[in-house]
Amino acid sequence: MSGHSEFQPTSAPVKWLERRLPILSLMHGAAVAFPTPKNLNYWWTFGGILMFCLGVQIITGVILVMHFTPHVDMAFSSVEHIMRDVNYGWLIRYIHSNGASMFFLAVYIHMFRGLYYGSYKEPRELIWILGMVIYVLMTAAAFFGYVLVWGQMSFWGATVITNLFGAIPLVGDFLLSLLWGGFSVDNPTLNRLFSLHYLVPFLIAGVVVLHIWALHVPGNNNPLGIDVKGPQDTVTFHPYYTIKDTFAVVMFMIFFALFVFYMPNALGEPDNYIEANRLSTPAHIVPEWYLLPFYAILRSIPDKLLGVIAMGIAIFVLFLVPWLDTSKVRSARFRPLYKQFFWLFLIDALILGYIGAKPAEGMYLVIGRIATAYYFLHFFIILPVLGLVETPKPLPESISKSVLDKSAAGKAA
Amino acid sequence: MTADQAEEPTRRDFLYIATGTVGAVGAGALAWPFIHQLNPDASVKALASIEVDISAIGEGAAVTVTWRGKPVFIRHRTAAEISAAGEVKIEELRDPQADKDRVQKPEWLIMVGVCTHLGCVPLGQKGDFGGWFCPCHGSHYDTSGRIRKGPAPNNLAIPEYVFLDDGRVKIG
Repeated sequence: MSGHSEFQPTSAPVKWLERRLPILSLMHGAAVAFPTPKNLNYWWTFGGILMFCLGVQIITGVILVMHFTPHVDMAFSSVEHIMRDVNYGWLIRYIHSNGASMFFLAVYIHMFRGLYYGSYKEPRELIWILGMVIYVLMTAAAFFGYVLVWGQMSFWGATVITNLFGAIPLVGDFLLSLLWGGFSVDNPTLNRLFSLHYLVPFLIAGVVVLHIWALHVPGNNNPLGIDVKGPQDTVTFHPYYTIKDTFAVVMFMIFFALFVFYMPNALGEPDNYIEANRLSTPAHIVPEWYLLPFYAILRSIPDKLLGVIAMGIAIFVLFLVPWLDTSKVRSARFRPLYKQFFWLFLIDALILGYIGAKPAEGMYLVIGRIATAYYFLHFFIILPVLGLVETPKPLPESISKSVLDKSAAGKAA
Repeated sequence: MTADQAEEPTRRDFLYIATGTVGAVGAGALAWPFIHQLNPDASVKALASIEVDISAIGEGAAVTVTWRGKPVFIRHRTAAEISAAGEVKIEELRDPQADKDRVQKPEWLIMVGVCTHLGCVPLGQKGDFGGWFCPCHGSHYDTSGRIRKGPAPNNLAIPEYVFLDDGRVKIG
């Protein structure tokens, strides 16, 4: 990792360790002395917030497994056992279930921040791609976890999602039987999803290490989107950003606690408090809020295979953003046109989310189709063309100069 | 910095320590639910006591019941066993305790059937003292369940129990 570590061990035990395993100087270089642009705003704290979320999910998840029974006859009642019998089980489960939503909220903010400030552009393409890998793993983990509760939404969500794979020509049925371990979603399915739900968070943790490793080669992007030119443009990560990140995490915890303690079921579906019944599908079946935009895209295509393909492309296209965006200017601050299309895209994503929660009929279907078309238009037409036709505003000389100018203007006013 | 440090505690020092204190208290309060969840839960505690019908246990017979996941021996002792237990000199015992302190009614000996050495279940009416014998490492218990020979350090434990009437006992 880059960043010149001035780590000088003084005590004998540290020297002993350092000669054999230089982990302390590695940590010092990565999280203490690491030179970080001095102009990062609060949108940059979501990386730290996401590490906090992953930690919370792993700790509460390991505890929930101590009390959960992964069997179709007992899974649902063991969740109720956690809620009623286990000491503070309600708290730990509500932290875990709302924690998934908090994790996605934070990751969407993190991703939109990257889109706004062009954090995916050269030389940070791989950081973005690793981030997308984490995002895909997160959706998998969230889906697996949702099934474990074995309520009506769990069961029918699992049925619908696994059936997506059945749409694939030739190998569809083969994949389905691999996923199910039977002829439908049943006990073998629950068991394998339980196993994977425990595995994926650790895969995520591993990719997070790669994500941060890759980040520490070029260093952080920043709101101006221009390169760091020298030490005058940076401050050390500690104490400046450790404190800023900690403060942001505390604020985030307050927001998180609001859900856990005052509206723990606001983001869930009441139907999931009914035990899975394979003979009756709930009248209105929807995924959790964080998957609604993709669900809307799936439903807006009136063909089984094409719908699945559209949804797959909607996710996969995000991997290609570093090459679809042809502009050399990173930050939307200096891209007058892109800035407007960024907000249009954000609104489009929110509309898709809203449509995904509504029944697929009437106006909802029409709006859903328009929003779906715009989603693909944004990535495949607008992004590449904008870079060619847009005239960016002049970029500041350096981060340091921009910061000093701003502070001078502040003093004058 | 050096000039600041030489001065009296500043407002910044106070805020630093106050913030750290709030953080430490918060972390401690948050840690408790995560530790307490390991303790027995409500469903376990609800089954923590049992009632046993002992009216059918004749003199010289015994039953073993499960209580809190462990065996409990309920033995209807014979007069010979009671007198043998009473005659032992307390000073000679490894874990000195009079037989009358180990029973509520002399004919009923109720104790946890777990060897105090390493947790095996002793065999009844075996061993050198006519009481119990643990097959794992050779501990001998007498007719009052007291350790007499072998590696175990203590007498077999007496659970909390009450006689509800002549025919029923509540353990736990």
